[in-house]
Amino acid sequence: MGLDFSVIPKYLDIVLLGAVWTIAITIGAAVVSFFGGIILAIIALYAPKIISWPFRAFSFLFLGTPLLLQLFLIYFGLVQIGIDVPAFMAGVIGLGLHFAVYNSELFQTSILAVDKGQNEAARTLGLSRLQALRKVIVPQAVRDVIPPIGNNMIALLKDSALVSVIGVSELTLSAQRAIGSTYRPFEFYVLVAIIYYIINLVMEAVLRHVERRIQVSR
Amino acid sequence: MSDQPPFIDIRHAQKSFGTLDVLKDISLQVERGQIVAIIGPSGSGKSTLLRAINDLDPLTGGEIWLEDKQINKTLPHRQYEKHINEVRQEIGMVFQHFNLFPHLKVRENVTMAPKMLKGLSEAQANALAEEQLTKVGMIERIDYYPSQLSGGQKQRVAIARALAMKPKVMLFDEATSALDPELVEEVNLVMKTLAEEHMTMIIVTHEMGFAESVCDRVLFMDQGVVVEEGPPEVIFRNPTNERTRNFLRKHLAGQAG
Amino acid sequence: MQRVFPFFLEAAWTTILLSVLTAILGVSCGILGTAARLSRFLVFRFLGAAYVSLFRGTPALIQLFILYFGGPQIGIQLDAFEAGVIGLGVNVGAYMTETMRGAIIAVDKGQAEAARTLGMSRWQAMRKVILPQAMRLMIRPLGVNINALIKSTALVAAISVVELTYTAQRYIGSTYKPFEMFLIAGVLYMIIIYIVGLGVAWADRKARIT
Repeated sequence: MGLDFSVIPKYLDIVLLGAVWTIAITIGAAVVSFFGGIILAIIALYAPKIISWPFRAFSFLFLGTPLLLQLFLIYFGLVQIGIDVPAFMAGVIGLGLHFAVYNSELFQTSILAVDKGQNEAARTLGLSRLQALRKVIVPQAVRDVIPPIGNNMIALLKDSALVSVIGVSELTLSAQRAIGSTYRPFEFYVLVAIIYYIINLVMEAVLRHVERRIQVSR
Repeated sequence: MSDQPPFIDIRHAQKSFGTLDVLKDISLQVERGQIVAIIGPSGSGKSTLLRAINDLDPLTGGEIWLEDKQINKTLPHRQYEKHINEVRQEIGMVFQHFNLFPHLKVRENVTMAPKMLKGLSEAQANALAEEQLTKVGMIERIDYYPSQLSGGQKQRVAIARALAMKPKVMLFDEATSALDPELVEEVNLVMKTLAEEHMTMIIVTHEMGFAESVCDRVLFMDQGVVVEEGPPEVIFRNPTNERTRNFLRKHLAGQAG
Repeated sequence: MQRVFPFFLEAAWTTILLSVLTAILGVSCGILGTAARLSRFLVFRFLGAAYVSLFRGTPALIQLFILYFGGPQIGIQLDAFEAGVIGLGVNVGAYMTETMRGAIIAVDKGQAEAARTLGMSRWQAMRKVILPQAMRLMIRPLGVNINALIKSTALVAAISVVELTYTAQRYIGSTYKPFEMFLIAGVLYMIIIYIVGLGVAWADRKARIT
């Protein structure tokens, strides 16, 4: 059948729109995974056992199973409960939750690693447990953990392609639409790969920049 | 004074890293059986010079000769590899941080190179290892792993490993600098034994007392040049150069004589 | 629920098969990639770096689609299972390349110096001194790669290979019990990962016997 890249320009706008959605989903899920990760970490570390235990069990489950399976659960599961969310929301929640769990593991390690003396200094100044956490421990833990969290977000970008399987209109799905009309999968999937790669490069550059700025304030 | 070519001949050695000149035109000859000490502050280039002798850190200018062979010859890659590997068998090196192979027992650390490079049989290599380890006083630990040894013990094994290749010259790169003070003496003793056997030795060291008692010649290096050289009595007791005096004064001030 | 369980077991077997074959291919690509990146020839170093960058920098799903759906256009006809193994294998190989390379670089520089100083060639030093030590360092991180690999086999559900995730999705459709189907598939995944994890821990222990 051969290759014919000339079909691309006609569908470029559809594909680029898909790219915009992919970026939107990535940012949305990244935000969810960041704050979700911190909350999960604090619950796991500081909440009474009766509350932290189910969260730990849930984390364990989400760490040990594939993202795609989790997306199916959330998408179909929400429908079964009666919450009818658009695929986009299910995608952001699914991706966000998955990476929130991974981030939570990183945050937990980092929070524990922040010098015990920091906590003692804060408490002896009169700060409450929560205040010490909020103002002293968590900011330092977050700073230490930016590089691996950044890497998780870059992984999130690539995993966002999976939400196409539950029908979310993003880059991968837009390629499939173009393929549906032109029957040229190679050309469009390669195009899409290039676009993902470019977004990836941009994210890596941003991450490096952020890492450098953090180093300065140490 | 012999008419033979010098044993080790360093001609106009030069080493630069970009714009930084670490070695600036150093020429030096070492006779067979001589024990040479190189002293100087950090950054003087003394380790760099030592490591250039077996081309571990190649020079950017100048030549290094061992007897009738040029060590840092420019050759096409494959020939260079063959050449340098052969030459290195004749030059033994002892490192500040020992660099023993942690995954091998003491025995194998010493027998590996002779077996692999000189074709010695298992029995021959073992006999050789036992001989060298006895000489450095480590025969009892022959089946131990490096992690089970103290620093001084590791360094003695490292010396045995180098000696097992029957080198013509031994290079010591601050061999005792990483050791706790009480472990230094056992290594110095081994080095003294080697000196008494007239092994040609070039020793980069901070141990002034040891250098004075063992060496025939002392070189003081600073900022990439040899500032002064001479017999230990002169250099240590009555240096002529101001920089040498300053260095020794600063260096010995912290030592308890 | 009992009715569907046998199907999940069968699907689990497919997942295991996928994981094993992909892991073998992945390790092979990892070794090639590492050799390329450490080669003294610039061409190989560039190709190795390009391989790692491209395959880690784009989604595995897209790589799978290019191979399976786009392959016929350039003369490559694979069935879904084959495309899954090759696509995922080459993909995880890029990650394993970095793991292996990292372990080799982590071996103390002084080790290579000591070996070369004794007169060993670059390859002799690598074989007898560096690699044995790098092996110890790389087993746990490779275990992490394999862990991710087992989970990534779920992607082949998107090209209709009947493995665990595909089966879960299929039976969610007919039983309307997403949570139960998720749990069955999830537990089976975790059992597979756990057993593989035991294997990795065993290999790690064996490598450290000194």
